[in-house]
Amino acid sequence: MHRFAKPSVFLKLTDPLLPWLSGATAILIAAGLYFALFASPGDYQQGDTVRIMYLHVPAAWMGLFCYVGMAVCGAMSLIWKHPLADICARATAPIGATFTALCLITGSLWGEPMWGTWWVWDARLTSMLILLFLYLGYIALVNAFDDPERGSKAGSALALVGAVNVPIVKFSVDWWNTLHQPASIVRMDGPTVDPSMQLPLALMILGFTCYYFVMLILRVRLELNERRIRALQLSGMFDERSPGQNTDTPSYDAGHNAEASQ
Amino acid sequence: MNGFLAILQRDLRLALRQGADSVMVVAFFIVTTTLFPFGVGPEANILARIASGVIWVSALLAAMLSLERVFQTDYEDGTLELLTLSPVSLELLVLGKVCAHWLTTGLPLIIAAPLMAVMLNMDQDGFVTLMLAMLLGTPALSLIGAIGAALILGARRGGVLVSLLVLPLYIPVLIFGAGAVEAALLGISATAQLQIMAAILLIALAATPFATAHAVRQAME
Repeated sequence: MHRFAKPSVFLKLTDPLLPWLSGATAILIAAGLYFALFASPGDYQQGDTVRIMYLHVPAAWMGLFCYVGMAVCGAMSLIWKHPLADICARATAPIGATFTALCLITGSLWGEPMWGTWWVWDARLTSMLILLFLYLGYIALVNAFDDPERGSKAGSALALVGAVNVPIVKFSVDWWNTLHQPASIVRMDGPTVDPSMQLPLALMILGFTCYYFVMLILRVRLELNERRIRALQLSGMFDERSPGQNTDTPSYDAGHNAEASQ
Repeated sequence: MNGFLAILQRDLRLALRQGADSVMVVAFFIVTTTLFPFGVGPEANILARIASGVIWVSALLAAMLSLERVFQTDYEDGTLELLTLSPVSLELLVLGKVCAHWLTTGLPLIIAAPLMAVMLNMDQDGFVTLMLAMLLGTPALSLIGAIGAALILGARRGGVLVSLLVLPLYIPVLIFGAGAVEAALLGISATAQLQIMAAILLIALAATPFATAHAVRQAME
């Protein structure tokens, strides 16, 4: 695993991956949207409003997925001091926060016609809102220190502590009597969603997941570039004429080493 | 254990000699609670309805605002560094500091709570449950809050930050604390809520000292 700790190795691995992932994202989301909006039936009760589900459910899934990813990265960075895990956790937070917010917004848009209210204080909605607060707290904490290293470490600890909320979100609909419907996709006796709706839902979930990985790679690259620039500036090697040089030169390691040796 | 008692004694003595801190927390609690009758109007039955929630929220905020005291001054004058270097386990020392924090903030809040309950016209049936719930809840607040207090050591604008970190984690205590009082007011047994609060306290007692000590060590690196 530590082979991947080197930024240049990460870039070498993700460089060929990125176009494929981007392509997959575009195709999956386009196909998912087509099936979701045109080629799937409306609900027998909800009519066309049910199509909000195809955004809402994947967004909720990504909100949780990103948090788990962030907590795992946090654990990796605390246990093995893996430098890329730190960066991945930082890069994941804003993406996860956006998905969580998207989930809450689509949820309330869906709730208005179906439940007759934008918001209810029931367990699922509230725990999701807390998840958003945890994301925001993490982002604020990570950026509150002059030393980014210290910020990442404090953030990792917070991400792990906040992970207690994830099972609460997942099982809130089973533990409490809520307005929100119980689990209907991941359950012991198979999904209760109609097969015609499963296809667009699966496409959208896969598409959102791919989108996350594309964004993750881009954000990690951005962070690596920023670190490299900082390192070069600090070591006095920064040259005005070549900022943002092509991204695959081996000087990443030079930048990284310079940073490590400070 | 000696280390635990020594740090507890030291923090208590500091709090007593510097005096005003505990009083300020209680004063904050009382002032915040007093704001609600102005905000929602003085009708007695409305106030009675919201009393338990108002008292819990004010207690939560008071406990949170006093968190800075747990580590910040020791961090600034270097005491914390010596504590991390000492042969006594840091987890135990952290627990001692949290105990001192609870004794100087949580306990006064519990004593002040019935007073505010009277002023908010809360039914007397809820008083015992309110105090029991706060007895179980406020130590959990101190334990959980200490993590946040340790995480923000050395951060810019730590005071605002700690609220963003700690308040979401306080929500379970708030839910079951207010729920217990609510149940007692309705004449239902509040045992279930109190048991859950006891469970939260025990989990916090077992787990948070490690997280807090870890955060303190990070701040010292």
